[in-house]
Amino acid sequence: MQIIENSTVYDAIIVGSGAGGGMATKVLADAGLKVAVVEAGPFFDPADPEQKTQLRWPYESERRGAGTRYRPFGDYDAAYGGWDIEGEPYTHVEGTKFNWFRSHMLGGRTNHWGRISLRFGPKDFKGKDRDGYGDNWPIGYDDVKPYYDKVDKMIGVFGTNEGLPNDPDGFFLPPPKPRLHELFYINGAKKSGIPVYPSRMSMLTKRINNDRGVCFYCGQCARACQVYADFSAGTCLIFPAQKSRGQVDLFVNSVVREVTTDDEGRATGVSYISKDDRKEYKLKGKTVILAASACSSARILMNSKSKQHPNGLGNSSDVVGKYLHDSTGADRAAFIPDLMNRKVSYNEDGVGGMHIYSPWWGDNSKLDFPRGYHLEIWGGMGMPSYGTGFNVNDFNKFFGTKAGGYGDILRSDLKKYYGAVVGISARGESIARKDNYCEIDPNVVDEWGIPVLRFNYKWSDLERNQAKHAHDTFEEILTNMGGELMGDKPGKDRDYGLHTPGAIIHEVGTTRMGDDPKTSVTNKYNQLHDVDNVFIVDAGVFTSQADKNCTWTILALSWRASDYIVEQLKKQNI
Amino acid sequence: MDRRKSLKAIALGSVATGLAAHGCKPGEEKQDIVDVNAHEPAKWRTDYENKILSEIKEGEYFFNEHQRETMVVLCDLILPSSEEYKGASDADVVSFIDFMARDTESEKMQTDLKGGLMWLDHKCNTENGVVFKSATEAQQKAMLDDIAYYDPKVPENERPFGVNFFSMVRNMTMSGFYTTKIGIEELGYKGNMPNVWNGVPQDVLDQHGVAYDPEWIAKCVDQSKRNITAEWDENGNLIT
Repeated sequence: MQIIENSTVYDAIIVGSGAGGGMATKVLADAGLKVAVVEAGPFFDPADPEQKTQLRWPYESERRGAGTRYRPFGDYDAAYGGWDIEGEPYTHVEGTKFNWFRSHMLGGRTNHWGRISLRFGPKDFKGKDRDGYGDNWPIGYDDVKPYYDKVDKMIGVFGTNEGLPNDPDGFFLPPPKPRLHELFYINGAKKSGIPVYPSRMSMLTKRINNDRGVCFYCGQCARACQVYADFSAGTCLIFPAQKSRGQVDLFVNSVVREVTTDDEGRATGVSYISKDDRKEYKLKGKTVILAASACSSARILMNSKSKQHPNGLGNSSDVVGKYLHDSTGADRAAFIPDLMNRKVSYNEDGVGGMHIYSPWWGDNSKLDFPRGYHLEIWGGMGMPSYGTGFNVNDFNKFFGTKAGGYGDILRSDLKKYYGAVVGISARGESIARKDNYCEIDPNVVDEWGIPVLRFNYKWSDLERNQAKHAHDTFEEILTNMGGELMGDKPGKDRDYGLHTPGAIIHEVGTTRMGDDPKTSVTNKYNQLHDVDNVFIVDAGVFTSQADKNCTWTILALSWRASDYIVEQLKKQNI
Repeated sequence: MDRRKSLKAIALGSVATGLAAHGCKPGEEKQDIVDVNAHEPAKWRTDYENKILSEIKEGEYFFNEHQRETMVVLCDLILPSSEEYKGASDADVVSFIDFMARDTESEKMQTDLKGGLMWLDHKCNTENGVVFKSATEAQQKAMLDDIAYYDPKVPENERPFGVNFFSMVRNMTMSGFYTTKIGIEELGYKGNMPNVWNGVPQDVLDQHGVAYDPEWIAKCVDQSKRNITAEWDENGNLIT
């Protein structure tokens, strides 16, 4: 079977339609360029009444919203995919763990993400200067700030300007008022001197333009918004790009195998497999922009071997796939007796997620771990879903009454404890290490015939110490709230409750940027050191994570790189 | 108010603050429990999910007739109907459990359900000379009194099988009931509809002994201006 070639020559072929790919598509299309967007999954539009899951009741799902292996965050979650995808395996080096979350669909993981939209601060770009660990980015906050500002205004993020040194101000929409359990958290945290601020999340609490609606507070951003009031790359970047003066050709259900190159070693386009007919196709482009997610883009590069690039494209440094790092994560919940017997007279769904948060407050020079974490808060009178009513009166143990039973007592117990649990999650920064990596597994291919990734990842004591600290913090705050802690406090034998690498879905660093082509994959404009017409605009370029979520920085860096690409194309440098 | 209309009104900004909160109740919706045996693929699922589902639906029921009848009796003892409340049968909880037993990847759940029902009948036969579903309510309740309570401090895997079996059925009954329209109405959950969140009502704040900090509230969204397009000065101060 021959490979089918498309005769169009695109200005850019963009691989992936999530945050990075979506932004590149928007910027390039706005500049009037002709772009192809190649997405591994199907088309998705949450405004389609049949495709949307928002505002569905639990009884519209056979599973009442329960998660499955192929929809792990619940039946209505707007991420097609999960930790393992049928026919697309990945492997591990023995004795190591990494959970890889993939979502194949237009917009990728931005359809379901938590929308926590935190800028990196000045210190976050210069980790090595701060504590000697890892490496500095080749750029600083001032390089990215103008793009953060533009992202804030174009996409919309609520929050407040607090003048914090490493959690920069921005152009914020006003935040929603705290919920009841959040007021308890504020009091509990303040008792321990831990700061609390309105959260910073990309939902429109106020109109920003006429293409997108305003939040109607259903609390279901994880299902993607039918009026486009939260940020998803499909609805907020790809769709507007299709209406711009450029040309956007969308190739969905198309799995990119490799970047093709010419005799000089420059990229000529990509080859991909159509999931619809299982045939292989080729697209031609002046530039190729990879935005398939940190690990998928690294995989494409490593699979793009040629005479000129025997170690894979852009991999003369052998750094592709290295320095993989995810955010750390730990969580704890408590039953709060003062939140019992709540009135259900009002709708407190709010935005999807927390209205308040605690940015990192500690001084790492006095702690046994170098980087911080922020705290996320959850609780409230949520919509019933699969799991509601499980162990309905376990908390009776705190009152010395019997747990279990049958009959109407179960009804009154359910109501008594409804909305009385509050949880805290820590999401922190780990150190980027060369020996945590993904590589091509020479023994395994996926169902499309593409060699798969093999992961090698281990936490160090620095991350374990951080998780231990986080658990001490949870305990202190939840106890301040009058809470009865749930579950056991995890000890050393369980890594102090530190989640498996990959579990927080903030994986970055696999194609890191730097000034030295020997120790980095791209330059400070996300351009491969080895090949000037290939760019990476996903989180692979992160030299280091921060105690923040990565999406806002992906967006800002993708915009910055895209401006550079437009300029270079206009100057005919690439 | 019709949910679709109220949503449109909110999205377009023609609804005044707070109005939508009094919009409609779940009970007014014309949405019934999804038919677990309907074969129509759902567009909100992926092709793969629809394939898995149709395989399950085309297969046989998990419970045979006797098991199903026993489950109905058991679930109605857990959530009985009365003048005040609807019961487990009113929400067809057993069909939900049957589906989940087919859908689960847990062989243990399937074995525990089947084995638990056999165990229950065996015990009832031994004690009362009849299978569970045919026993008198007093006999049934006497049996449940032995397995319905547990000590949460004892780890689950150290509790007797009968206790764990009943806990599973109770959990599934509770979830199965409170995720239906009648269950949600009974619980009183007010969300899953267009709303304009403007904070916790004062009487609720008072009940729980907390208050809003005026400084904090001053930074929060003024819902009367939510539809005025945002503009900022050069320092990031919102001016609209």
